[in-house]
Amino acid sequence: MMESIPLEHGMIVAGILFCLGLIGVMTRRNVIFILMSLEIMLNAGGLAFIVAAARWQHADGQIMFLMILTLAAAEVAVGLGLIIQMFRRHHTVDISVLNQMKG
Amino acid sequence: MLDLVGLLPLFPLLGFLILVLSFGRLPKLAVAIVGAGSVGLSFLLAAGISITLLTSNMESFSRLIWTWMSVGDFTSGFSFYLDGLAVVMILVITGVGFLIHLYSTGFMIDDPGYAKFFAYMNLFVAAMLVLVLADNLVLLYLGWEGVGLCSYLLIGFWYENPANGYAARKAFVVTRVGDTSMAVGLFLLFTQLGTLNIQDMLLGAEQQWVTGQGVAVVAALLLLGGAVGKSAQLPLQTWLPDAMAGPTPISALIHAATMVTAGVYLIARTHVLFELAPLAQNLVAWVGLITLLMAGFTALTQFDIKRILAYSTISQIGYMFLGLGVGAWSASIFHLMTHAFFKALLFLAAGTVILSLHHEHNIFKMGGMWRQLPVAFASFIIGSAALAALPFTAGYFSKDEILLAALAVEGGTLLWLGGVLGAFLTALYSFRLVFIAFLGKPSHATREVTGFTMAFPLAVLAFLSLAGGLIHVPVEQVFGLSEEHHAGFLVHAFMIAVPILGVAAAWLFFLARPQWAESMKASTVGGALHRFWFSGWGMDALYQIVFVRPFVFLANLNRHDFFDTLYAGIAALTRGGHKMVAQAQTGQLRWYAVSIAIGLVLMISLGVAL
Amino acid sequence: MILLFYLASVIAIVSTVAVIVQSNIVHALIYLILSLLSVAVMFFTLGAPFAAMLEAIVYAGAIMVLFLFVIMMLNLGPATKEQERRWLPGSIWVLPAILAALLLLQLVSVLAGGPVEIAPVEVGVREVSVLLFGPYLLAVELASLLLLAALVGAYHLAKKGNR
Repeated sequence: MMESIPLEHGMIVAGILFCLGLIGVMTRRNVIFILMSLEIMLNAGGLAFIVAAARWQHADGQIMFLMILTLAAAEVAVGLGLIIQMFRRHHTVDISVLNQMKG
Repeated sequence: MLDLVGLLPLFPLLGFLILVLSFGRLPKLAVAIVGAGSVGLSFLLAAGISITLLTSNMESFSRLIWTWMSVGDFTSGFSFYLDGLAVVMILVITGVGFLIHLYSTGFMIDDPGYAKFFAYMNLFVAAMLVLVLADNLVLLYLGWEGVGLCSYLLIGFWYENPANGYAARKAFVVTRVGDTSMAVGLFLLFTQLGTLNIQDMLLGAEQQWVTGQGVAVVAALLLLGGAVGKSAQLPLQTWLPDAMAGPTPISALIHAATMVTAGVYLIARTHVLFELAPLAQNLVAWVGLITLLMAGFTALTQFDIKRILAYSTISQIGYMFLGLGVGAWSASIFHLMTHAFFKALLFLAAGTVILSLHHEHNIFKMGGMWRQLPVAFASFIIGSAALAALPFTAGYFSKDEILLAALAVEGGTLLWLGGVLGAFLTALYSFRLVFIAFLGKPSHATREVTGFTMAFPLAVLAFLSLAGGLIHVPVEQVFGLSEEHHAGFLVHAFMIAVPILGVAAAWLFFLARPQWAESMKASTVGGALHRFWFSGWGMDALYQIVFVRPFVFLANLNRHDFFDTLYAGIAALTRGGHKMVAQAQTGQLRWYAVSIAIGLVLMISLGVAL
Repeated sequence: MILLFYLASVIAIVSTVAVIVQSNIVHALIYLILSLLSVAVMFFTLGAPFAAMLEAIVYAGAIMVLFLFVIMMLNLGPATKEQERRWLPGSIWVLPAILAALLLLQLVSVLAGGPVEIAPVEVGVREVSVLLFGPYLLAVELASLLLLAALVGAYHLAKKGNR
């Protein structure tokens, strides 16, 4: 039942997911999409940890994944609050209006 | 009494300090008492010291006031040295100086810078005294620079007029050229002889160097350069006519009686050195001769009363240089003394004229004032007679001695002839001044402005201009006994006749038949000569082309200051780099994400590669 | 099992691609949930059931629902779909795709060692809990602090009347 899966393949999948998330962050202008792409990246990181845990056959990877999950939750909560603030001020979700730190 | 020699420059220096530190708040009477009184006190002290020294058996007296610097083997102190030469100089400086200070208390009474004037004058007298009393060349150089500074301050006394500031700067810069030459000479003497104490140095030079040795010639030439600058001889004479922009009393004191004679004093002091360098000494004579002729011709064409007197000063100092050049040391010092008397007299009288005519300087606008300005007229007659070396004036005795000494020297006939021509010119231009300004038809109706403070110095100086020829300068011990020069009766008669001829020619051309002078001036050759001589033989224009223009050109090239640009360039580079990098801060989040990704890629590739 | 792993990974990748190219926000969100669930399946196949459950419940369940709530609250309207389309011309994908491809290449080259086989032994809830209450106790406390901070922050930021 439990046959062996090559380690690299798991890592490669995590890598692909991470890069896709990165593309999403770099490309999209809607700030909610950017947040979603960030979630994708975090998730890919978690996948990498679980793959590693499966390789070494202990639970530390899962605990790390738990921490990442907690972090993602906290980040999403605060991030969405900030998005709401931004929407109230600028009445748009375009990220290019937030450029006052330029120069 | 001799121990008090240190007080001599101290009195005027204290006067200077009091006047400066009172910030001009003292009443005018107090300023006059402090200003003139300090120099008067110095004169009394100088008289006492001189009598003490001359009646004693001492040849010289020297006193160390304090040690100025002591570095390694080299010690230099504030030490004063008194001998016959120094005695003559201090008496002239304090005596004539006091008379001029007294005159100025009346002359400058309406000027708002009254206290400033006396402060600067006192500082000048102090510096000049230090110069002539100095025992070593370093202290002499201190006095040298001090009088240069005071000359600058006083020429530009009325500084609100930029032309005065320009004249002061010109004087300072031109004399600076001479000062640099002198400083280099000092360095050379120190490295060669190991000491800067004048007497030790002269002794060492006599022992170590043979006559005509190269080092001696170079050192003497360098010192000559300094003397030429300060005494306004060729080629550094261009500053003195412009220095007439200052008040008349300082023209009298600084640019007639004392500072310009500092060069003569320097050469006389270091005469041993010049005797060891015949080439340099010969050059001194020729410089003197050429300068006296050039200045004589120029004075003939001037119309500003003070400029005529300035050129005559240049000419007379040329005589002194001529005397030094032929080895007539005591004759030159004698002429220095008599010149101080009659030139100060002439300048002070000119001041009276100028003041009475409300600052009119042009002699062609004056005329026929002999009745209205009697004191000035009498002073001018006496002074001009002494200047022209008419018989029985002080100038006659001194000038004759110099010319006789020139004749006695080998190959000196040319010098003598030039000197005699110069005497003719001197009589011509000085009496031209008298005739045009004082005789003829009256042009102004005016009253003379002369109080006691102005008339008394004029009277004293007039007396000295006549009787000063009988004073015997006690400088034998300094220069060694000079030979009495005897010349034939014809020579003496010739030398007496020439100035009288000059007076007659002046009477003819400028009083009796002025149209002859006018027609000469109007002719092509005459007109060209007149313009050429008027511009001081074109020397100002020459210097403008040769020195001023290239220097200004170079300064303009460096207008943006190369080194400053270097440092400013570094700052500009940094700012430019900042601007470039700041363009990466667009404020756009996606751009930042892209740059993070790029950085990540680069980092990993670096990690993989290394 | 292996087949399931590869299948789940393909679905995850495809749906992630769909997420980032979508114009409609809600559609993208749904695709994201799909991706997360496939990753949960992958966790199962790797012998980490606890993580899989957490992924499904917390990530796909709570966090994505939170996203949905906010999107609904902002009430962006149908105009946003057009807007999104306008913001995504074809040329915009070029640079990010190149960068991501480079990164992927590097990651793959770094990770490509000798084939290490994973024999998926199931690491159950029991092992995880033992570790949590043992060596990683502090981590749990810190996580709760973090959540508290996030709670207060989110409440404060999203308050009405808070300019």
